[in-house]
Amino acid sequence: MVADTQREFLKGMRSSITVVVAALPFGILFGALAVKNGMSATEAVLMSATIYAGASQMVGIDLFGKQIAPWVVVLSIFAVNFRHVLYSAVIGRHFARWSMAQQAVGFFFLVDPQFAEAEKRQAETGRIPFAWFMGMALPIYVLWIIEAWIGAQFGALIENPRALGLDFLLPIYFLGLVMGFRKRAHWLPVVLASGIVSVIAYRTIGSPWHVSIGALAGVLVGAVLGGGGKPTPDEAISIAEAQENPAP
Amino acid sequence: MNETVAIILAGAAATYLTRVGGHLVLSRIKRVPPRVEAGLNAVPAAVLTTLVAPAAVFEGPAETLTLLIAALLALRLPMLPMFFIGGAVIVALRAVMG
Repeated sequence: MVADTQREFLKGMRSSITVVVAALPFGILFGALAVKNGMSATEAVLMSATIYAGASQMVGIDLFGKQIAPWVVVLSIFAVNFRHVLYSAVIGRHFARWSMAQQAVGFFFLVDPQFAEAEKRQAETGRIPFAWFMGMALPIYVLWIIEAWIGAQFGALIENPRALGLDFLLPIYFLGLVMGFRKRAHWLPVVLASGIVSVIAYRTIGSPWHVSIGALAGVLVGAVLGGGGKPTPDEAISIAEAQENPAP
Repeated sequence: MNETVAIILAGAAATYLTRVGGHLVLSRIKRVPPRVEAGLNAVPAAVLTTLVAPAAVFEGPAETLTLLIAALLALRLPMLPMFFIGGAVIVALRAVMG
């Protein structure tokens, strides 16, 4: 039993390698940009350790740098991470054999690539051992935290972020995430609505309201268009999306 | 506790809620109204778009062009190479276009 647990843990660690490599630049970038947006290295590390969701951490520091009301920052983090609700509902069914404490811990580590790998594991072997799950999760998590610290040290050394294009990497990154959702139903009308409305709101009402107003416009368009019609195969789409996102 | 730490911890709580909430709540609801589901489905793309669109319109021609190229690249490439090429493009275009 102990040998079995050990073997599964090591197997999980092997599954983590590709994710660790792909996440590396984003983990370091996060630390560097966090410092450039006015956070301390300790705060950047705390953010990686407690939120542990790359896209929303980037959104957080982006808004943080613009002196936006705290509740808007928290709500935006929540909104960007909302996709996890679906992961959680899908994967939770396979956690039934775990203890309550194991489930409570396991859900914390449910980042996109972890979800994708775990679903694959479930499909291949019909179960997700807790030891395997944690063997995969812990290296990604620990390195993600260390990367934030390394990035923060680098960030403090960079004097002219504009010359390196650093100030514009977040919009490129966010665009990549937006494109990653393109297989979802009504993606184009949703993106057009929130894009156009956010630009108008940015010009007329001003930042930070373009975020909530623009997002609301996109969500309304999605809700209106998604009224009738056939339900989308959420599970398959969310797995494909999770695989496109390389970092936690 | 300073404000930044409070924001981080609140963001962490909100994030954990999304990771545990799907299992606790969504799996218990038999049928989510289709309009609500479609609206929720649109949330991440809608929010992230608002962070890109003003940058694409107001920053300048080099920035607009970079995002256009990056969007086209994203149709063909995974996130990681698209991101690195996008980063190289903005540096190059800024050097050329000023």
